[in-house]
Formats: sequence, C-alpha cells, structure tokens
Amino acid sequence: MWRIATRLRLLILFAALAVLPYLLSYSQQEIAVLLVINVLLVCSYRLLTLTGEWSLGHVVMMGVGAYASALLTKRLGVPVPVSMLAGGLAAAAVAAILSVPLFRMKGFYFLIGSFAAGEIIRLIWKRFTDPFGGPKGLKRIDAFPNIDFGFLEIDFYEPVNYYFLALIVVSASLYVLHRIERSRIGLTFHAIHWQDRLAESVGVDNFRYRTLAFVIASFFAGIAGGLYGHYVGAVNPTRFGVDQMVYVLVWAIVGGTATLHGPILGVVVLTVINEIVLRGLGLDTVRPLIYGAILILSVLYLPDGLESLGPRLRARLRRRGRDPAAAGGRAA
Amino acid sequence: MDLLWQTAVNAMYAASYMSLIAVGLVMIFGVMGVINFAHGELYMLGAYCVVFLYAQENFPFLLAAAAGLVFVGLVGLFMERAMFRPLRDNPLSGLIASIGFLLILQTLVVLGFGRRMGHVPPPTQEKLEVFGAVLTHQRLLVIVAAILLLAALWAFLKRTRFGWALRACAQDAEAAALQGISMTQTARIAMFIGAGLAGIAGALTAPLVSPTPYIGHSVIVTAFIIIIVGGIGSLEGAVIAAVLYAFVHTFVTTFFDGVIANIVGLALMLAVLVVRPTGLFGAKERA
Repeated sequence: MWRIATRLRLLILFAALAVLPYLLSYSQQEIAVLLVINVLLVCSYRLLTLTGEWSLGHVVMMGVGAYASALLTKRLGVPVPVSMLAGGLAAAAVAAILSVPLFRMKGFYFLIGSFAAGEIIRLIWKRFTDPFGGPKGLKRIDAFPNIDFGFLEIDFYEPVNYYFLALIVVSASLYVLHRIERSRIGLTFHAIHWQDRLAESVGVDNFRYRTLAFVIASFFAGIAGGLYGHYVGAVNPTRFGVDQMVYVLVWAIVGGTATLHGPILGVVVLTVINEIVLRGLGLDTVRPLIYGAILILSVLYLPDGLESLGPRLRARLRRRGRDPAAAGGRAA
Repeated sequence: MDLLWQTAVNAMYAASYMSLIAVGLVMIFGVMGVINFAHGELYMLGAYCVVFLYAQENFPFLLAAAAGLVFVGLVGLFMERAMFRPLRDNPLSGLIASIGFLLILQTLVVLGFGRRMGHVPPPTQEKLEVFGAVLTHQRLLVIVAAILLLAALWAFLKRTRFGWALRACAQDAEAAALQGISMTQTARIAMFIGAGLAGIAGALTAPLVSPTPYIGHSVIVTAFIIIIVGGIGSLEGAVIAAVLYAFVHTFVTTFFDGVIANIVGLALMLAVLVVRPTGLFGAKERA
C-alpha cells in the first residue's frame, strides 16, 4: 500500500500532466506525445539494466513493435488497439528468441552482441522490401480509431487526445513495471545484478531471469513502438538506429537508473533542454555535440544521475540544519 | 576464376585496413579495459586529415597521411586524459563517455567540412596486374602500409621495454604496477598507438571511400565484429579475424549484395559467440 504522501504527490503530478497540454502550442503538444512515449521506452530499458546488463538493441525492439503493429493493421486489418498489444508481444517473442544466443554472454559481450542482433534486424527491414518497405519503411500506417461516445467524439489525430491516450497506456505500463520490480521477480533481478554467483548458488536460474527481464522490457518497448507508429504514421529502419539508442542511453545515464523516476527525470529534462533551449536557439547542427558533452560530463561528475541530486541536497541541508546523524535510507 | 581471384585481391585490401582498425581497438581494450566506441570516428578523423591537408591544402599525400596518424594519436591522448583515466575503474562509464565523444567529433567535422562527402582525388591512377587481377597503386599502398605497421607494432611489443610493459599491463595491471610499471604511461602509449592506427587507416583509405562525417558507424560495426570473432583482447586474433571477415564480406558482397554481406557478417559473429562466448582466440574469462 502506498503512503498518503505518495498518493498525494501522484495526484498532483497527474493533475499537472492533465493541464499541461493546454498550456502548450500545437507543435509542443506533438513533442509532448513523443516525450510520453519515450518515457515508456527508457523505463522499460531500465528494467533490463536492473539485472546489470546494458543492451544496445532496445530501440530496435521498439521498432519490432512498431513494424509488427503497422503490418498487422495494414495487411490483415487488425484493429489498432489489438495490433499495438500484438506489437508488444511480437517484440517480446523476438527478445525470447534472441536471448538464446545473447545470454550466453555477459557485460561487454552482451552489449555488443545485442548491438549486432539489433543491426541484423534493422538490415532485414532494409533489405526485404516486401513486407518491410525497405529503406523507406512503411508509410500511411492506420491511425488510432476515433472513439464516439455519441455526445463526445474523440479524434486521435489531435495531439492533445493522443497525448492522453499515450499517458494512460504509459502510466498503466509504468505501474506494471513498478509492481514487477517490487515483486519477488524484481528482487531476483537485483540479486542477479549485484551477486550473480551467490544468487545462482541459492537456486536462482540466472539465464531464465535475465531472459525474463529482457522479454518484459522488450514487450513494453514494443508497446511504445506501437504508440509511436500509429501516431507518426510512418516507420523506417533509420528511425530505430544506433543514434536513437544513444539517446535512450543518455537519458538513462543522465537520469540515473537506481529508481523508476531517475530515467523519467533524464528524458524529461533533456527533452526540455533539447526542444526548448536548443531548437529555440536554432542550434540544430550542434545538438549532437551538446548531447555528447552532457553525456561525458554526467558520467564524470554525476555518476549516479539526476536522481541522486535530490537526496544529496536533502542530506546536506539536514546535516547543516540539525544534527549530522540523519542521513538514513529513504524509500523511493 | 578471374572473378574469384579478383575478389580475393579485393578482400586482401579490405583485410589490411580492417586489421589496423581492429588491432588499435584491441590494444586500447587490453590496457585500459575500455571499449572505445569512438574508434570509428577516429578513423573518420584520419580520413578528414587527408581531406584537409591533401585535397584542400595540396600537401603531399604521404605527409598528410602521416599527419593523420600523429593528429589522431594526439586526439587519443586527449581522450585518455579527459575520460578514460578518470573512469579507469568503471569500464561501462568509459564506453558511454566514448559514445559522447563520438557525437562531439562527428559534429565538429560537420561544422568544419559540412555533411556531404569529402572528395579526395587519388594520388595515383596507376594500377598493376597480379595474375590477371587489377590492383590499383592506392590499394597496394594500403596493403603494404598495413603489413609494415603491423610488423613494426609486433616488433615494438615483443622487443622493447615499452612493449613488454604494455603486454604486462594487458595481462595483469596490478601485478605490472607492482613491478614499477606506470599504468598511466602505458595507457598513454596504448592510446596513442591505437588511435594513431585508426587514424592512418582512415587517412590511407580516404581517396578510396569518399569520407563523410558519419562513415565511422559502419567502421565501428565492422571492428566490433572482428574483435568479437577474434576474441576481445587478442591482437593476433584481431588480425586473423579481420582477414576472415574481409574474405567472407567481400565474397558475399560480390556474389550477392552489400546488405546481405552485412547480415552474414553479423550472423557469423553471433554464431561465434554462441559456440565460444569469448571469441576464437580470447582468454577464458574476461567480461
């Protein structure tokens, strides 16, 4: 059960999120939709990093979801909400297959192996024009169907409406991710990360749990992909390339991965900097440079991410304010 | 038959510059334990040294290539000082920092030279025939330079005190430090050589590939495949894997197409990893 303070904080947060799109311009609303989708992407990535493995194929998993969902609607006429779910399942299935070779490796080998696996998938999209559309990808993907309540018709071409749709899907997904982390399974992920030999010696099947984390993370990445594909209306292999993966990595690293709000903080802060400051100043060309510099500086000087700033500040204030003894553990 | 032999000659050329890149990457990993994701961009930087000095400022080609080696080597020293030394105990952070550095290098080159292909006129148009296969002098130069540089590196590693120190650090950094070998000094040497080799590979191949600021991407993918197949940390493995990969890739490209060749290359790497998770020549445990 959540404490009252946490519930209150969530309530305020959701109230703010509900008001937010009405304060934004049309193009900012579109960015807000993508931001919400990216929150799911980076949070699902974090679930995998709980086991201590860093993949470079996560964005490709998002692409698998997007491609699968788009093809199901285009070719088979599956309704969009069902196809999105199927996209997530497709990503999970691909992850389950890939985990057989990939989880024979650890650390660097896994990192590079996942990179290679992702590149293979991307090259398949590029090479096989039927059904994947080749380098140009898939276009004119069906949009999310309008909902007609009789008195109220919701048109999901409107960014505001899609924003709320994405917000609901992503919030529900984050809740599930949160529950998984707090469950026995999630605790086992942590155990595998910090003490894999010890975990194994008490009967934990590391391979199976790593696979499970990879499959769950990919499922939610696939859902994010479906949300993305049916919103933008087009997908192509370049969209799910290494550059995009680098951004996910940057969000996770800059935000920190110890808590669920760490990566969210990372993606929100960097997107705001990116869209409002850099684009506003017309610095599009130097954007990668600034991202690179932020990445290096945060690895060097803020190794635990933005999420560590709050507790650190609080601890310092407390020490200065009253007695030096109070710097205890804090439930996230 | 002619096509087969011609393809083999082409593969030899590919193998030679790929070995230079992969060996540099392996050296950096061996001594510092960091996978340098920006290695492809070091190659790109070497190519742009030639674009600038040779194609734009008309210096002699070989001088421009040598400048590429030195300049990129110095960039390597900077990376060591600014990122890899402070992050020595944390290989994952080192890798992530190198991704950041990659973005910076790319952007700087875009700002300096634009996004489009840099055109480098070949220094010679001459070619010779080797048993019916055509080999341009430029490609021959790359092959000869690669063999000479790798031989020099081998002599350096096996015959000089610096080379011994370097190999000692790669085997066991702590034990090497206890023998009075300076970790920092060794890391500097490894970084200079590793980066310099990538730089000269880029410089020598610049007239053959028409460099863009984003050329590093395909280079690093290839280099990863090679060092994984060869076993991360094994210099001999890197060279052998480079030859193996170059032959497979060139033949599949010739008889099918480039994208299929890339897929086959990546699948080859995954297959090696499944059978031998530490590569063909890798040590038993290093992850």
